[in-house]
Amino acid sequence: MSDYNFAYLDEQTKRMIRRALLKAVAVPGYQVPFASREMPMPYGWGTGGVQVTAACLTPDDTLKVIDQGADDTTNAVSIRKFFEKTAQVATTEQTRAASVIQTRHRIPEEPLTADQILVYQVPIPEPLRFLEPRETETRRMHALEEYGLMHVKLYEDIARHGHIATSYAYPVKVEGRYVMDPSPIPKFDNPKLETAALQLFGAGREQRIYAIPPHTRVVSLDFEDHPFEASKADHPCDLCGARHTYLDEVITDDAGGRMFVCSDTDYCAQRRAEGHRGRLSPQEDAA
Amino acid sequence: MTPLLSARSIAKFYGTRIGCTDVSFDLYPGEVLGIVGESGSGKSTLLNCLAGHLAPDTGEILFDTRTDGPRDTLRMSEAERRMLSRTDWAFVHQNPRDGLRMGVSAGGNVGERLMAVGARHYGNIRAEATDWLGRVEITDDRLDDRPSDFSGGMQQRLQIARNLVTGPRLVFMDEPTGGLDVSVQARLLDLLRGLVREMGLSAIIVTHDLAVVRLLAHRLMVMKSGHVVEQGLTDQVLDDPQHAYTQLLVSSILQV
Amino acid sequence: MIRIENVSKSFTLHNQGGAVIPVMEGASLTVAPGECVALTGDSGAGKSTLMRMIHGNYLTASGRILVGETDVARAEPREILALRRDTLGYVSQFLRVVPRVPTRDVVAEPLLAVGTDRATAQARAEALLTRLNIPQTLWSLSPTTFSGGEQQRVNIARGFAHDFPAMLLDEPTASLDATNRETVLRLIEEAKARGAAIIGIFHDAEARARVADREIDVSAFTPARAA
Repeated sequence: MSDYNFAYLDEQTKRMIRRALLKAVAVPGYQVPFASREMPMPYGWGTGGVQVTAACLTPDDTLKVIDQGADDTTNAVSIRKFFEKTAQVATTEQTRAASVIQTRHRIPEEPLTADQILVYQVPIPEPLRFLEPRETETRRMHALEEYGLMHVKLYEDIARHGHIATSYAYPVKVEGRYVMDPSPIPKFDNPKLETAALQLFGAGREQRIYAIPPHTRVVSLDFEDHPFEASKADHPCDLCGARHTYLDEVITDDAGGRMFVCSDTDYCAQRRAEGHRGRLSPQEDAA
Repeated sequence: MTPLLSARSIAKFYGTRIGCTDVSFDLYPGEVLGIVGESGSGKSTLLNCLAGHLAPDTGEILFDTRTDGPRDTLRMSEAERRMLSRTDWAFVHQNPRDGLRMGVSAGGNVGERLMAVGARHYGNIRAEATDWLGRVEITDDRLDDRPSDFSGGMQQRLQIARNLVTGPRLVFMDEPTGGLDVSVQARLLDLLRGLVREMGLSAIIVTHDLAVVRLLAHRLMVMKSGHVVEQGLTDQVLDDPQHAYTQLLVSSILQV
Repeated sequence: MIRIENVSKSFTLHNQGGAVIPVMEGASLTVAPGECVALTGDSGAGKSTLMRMIHGNYLTASGRILVGETDVARAEPREILALRRDTLGYVSQFLRVVPRVPTRDVVAEPLLAVGTDRATAQARAEALLTRLNIPQTLWSLSPTTFSGGEQQRVNIARGFAHDFPAMLLDEPTASLDATNRETVLRLIEEAKARGAAIIGIFHDAEARARVADREIDVSAFTPARAA
C-alpha cells in the first residue's frame, strides 16, 4: 500500500484538472486556465504534463514516457518511476503497448490509435507571446481571431533567412479557429498532429491546458509562395536505415565524426529487431 | 454628400473632472480637421474617444462604413471596431514606438496590416511593403532593418507607411510632428499633405502646433477645458479668431 | 460674379478689455465677369479687410457676400474650400507654403487640386515661371529661401495657374521691377479678357489706371469712429 493518493494528486485536484480538460477538448486549441499545483519536481521538468497524466491515469493504464523521443533519458525515467511509485500502473517503452504516453518535444513515429492519449509537456503555451508580451492583449487577439501577427513572425523568418526557419514549436491553426503552439516538437512532427489519438497539452508554470481531439484538422501556418515543409536532416538513420524518421545528430568524437540516429528510440529498436540495418550497424548483426 | 464621420454630443468624464464634453462635428471625405488647444484641454481625450481607444460616457460616433453606410462605432462589437481600425482607420501616434513593433523589420511592420486582413503571399506582401517604404522616402535597402536602427523622422515615416498600406479612409494623428527636428517636421508635413491629397484621405490631427494645422488642416477646432470654444475654416480661425482663448493662443505664437 | 450687399464687420479684442472695434458698415459693390474693380482708400480704411472677408478669411458679421452662387458670409467651411479651389483665386502679399516643396510644385498645386493631370499642370507652371522670369535653376528649389521679389512672383504664378472665374489681387505689382510688373499687368488683362471678375488693391496708381475699370473708395464703408 502506497502512502500516496493514486497518481500523487488528491481527488479534488484531479477533478479540477479533468474539468479543464473537458473544456479544452470541447474548444480545440483554446488555452484553458487551471490551478496548477506545486509538484515534486522543478518547473520545466514537465509539471504540466505530469498533472494532466495524473488526471487521466486509471489503474488499468499502461504508461510510456518519452523525452525527445527517448525512453531512457533522465526526465523520462524520472517521470516513469514517479508514476510507477505513486500509481503503480504498468509502464512500457513500446508505443503500441501504451495507453497513455507523456511526451516532451516529440510525437512517436508509429501512428497512434483511438484508444491512446498523448500528453505533451508545454513550456510556453502562448504562440503569440514572442511578438505580443501582454497576456490581456493576446487573449483578446485569440477571442477576435486576430492572427495577422503570427504571420509577421513567419515573414520575419523568410526576410532574415530566405525561408521559414522556425523548425520547432511551429504554429498551427486548429479546426480553422484557434492558433496553437504545438509545444516544441520539431515541425517534422506537425503533420502527425492530425491523429486518431486524443492529444492533451499541459503547461504547469503557465497554468494552461489545451487539447486536440481525435481527427481534428490541424493546419501549419505558411505563405502561398513559401508553403509549410516538414523538414528533417537529409540522412538515413545510421542504426536502422530509416529514411522517414526524425533524426538526432550525435557527435561521436572531436574529429568531426558524427552519426544520425532515430530520435524515437523504441521505433528504431523495433526496426532493428525486424532486421533493418544502417550505416553504423554492428557487422556481426549484418552477417 | 454623407459625412465620413459624425460626432454627436461626445462627452467623457474622469470622475467629476471633464475630459471633453458636448463635442459635435461632421467630417467629410477628403477633409482634414485640426484639433488644437493647450495640454489638458481634452484634445487627446477626444481623439481617443473618436478612434475607439476610450469609451465616451455619452454621444454617438457615426462612421460611414463601406458596406452598411453610417453606423455608430460605439455600439459596434469590439471585433467590428477592431476590424475598422486595421482597415478603414489608421492611428499615427506621437511617439513612433507606440505605433511600431520595434523588434520587427520595417517590411514586417508595414506588412502586418496586410497580413492582418488576410494577405498570405510573401512576395506580394514584400513588394507592397517596398512600394510603401518608397512612398515615405525610405530606401529599399532598409526593408529588413529594424525601426530601432532608424532615426526619429524615419520611424515616424515608417509608422505612417504601416498605417496607410491598407488604404484607410480616415487617419487619426496625435501630434504627428511632435518630438521631431524642425527640418524633419517640414519633410513629414510635405509628405502627409501629398498623401492626403493623392489618397483622398480624411484626417483628424491633434496638435498644439498652429503652424502644423495651418499647413495641413482645412478646418480647425479649438479646445479649452474640455469644451470646443471655436471652430471654422483654419485660416479664418487663425486670422480672425472670435473667442478670447483663441485670440490668446494665436497672439502667443513666437514670430520667427 | 461678385456681389456684396450691406456688409459689416467688427473686431472684438477679448484680451484688451473686450474692446469692440467696428471696421466696416454698409459695404456694397458688384463686379461683373470681365471687369476689374480697384479698392481705394487710405491705409487702414479696410481694403484688405474687405478682401479677406470675400475670401472667407475674415468672418462677416452681417450682410451677404455672393461669389457665384455661394454666400461666403454664411457658407460652411467646406463650401468655402470648394469655392477657393474652383472659383475664387487670391493673390496675397505673402507666400505661405510648406517648406521643402519645389517651386514648380507650389505653382502647379492649384491645378492638381482641380484635377488637372500632373504633366499638364507642371507644363503650365513652368510656362508661368518662365514668363515671370524665375530662372529655371530655381524651379526645383523651395521658394522659402527666395528673395522677396522672387517669392512675390512665385505667388503670382501660383495665383494665375488655374483660370479662376473670380480673383482677388492684393498689391500684385508691389516690389516688382518694370519688366515683371508689365508681365503681371498682362496676366491681369488676359484674365479679364477670358471673363474673370477681379477685385484688386493697387497702390501703384499707373497700374490701377491701366487695368481697373472702376474704383471704389472703401472709406465710404468705414464706420464713424465716434461710435
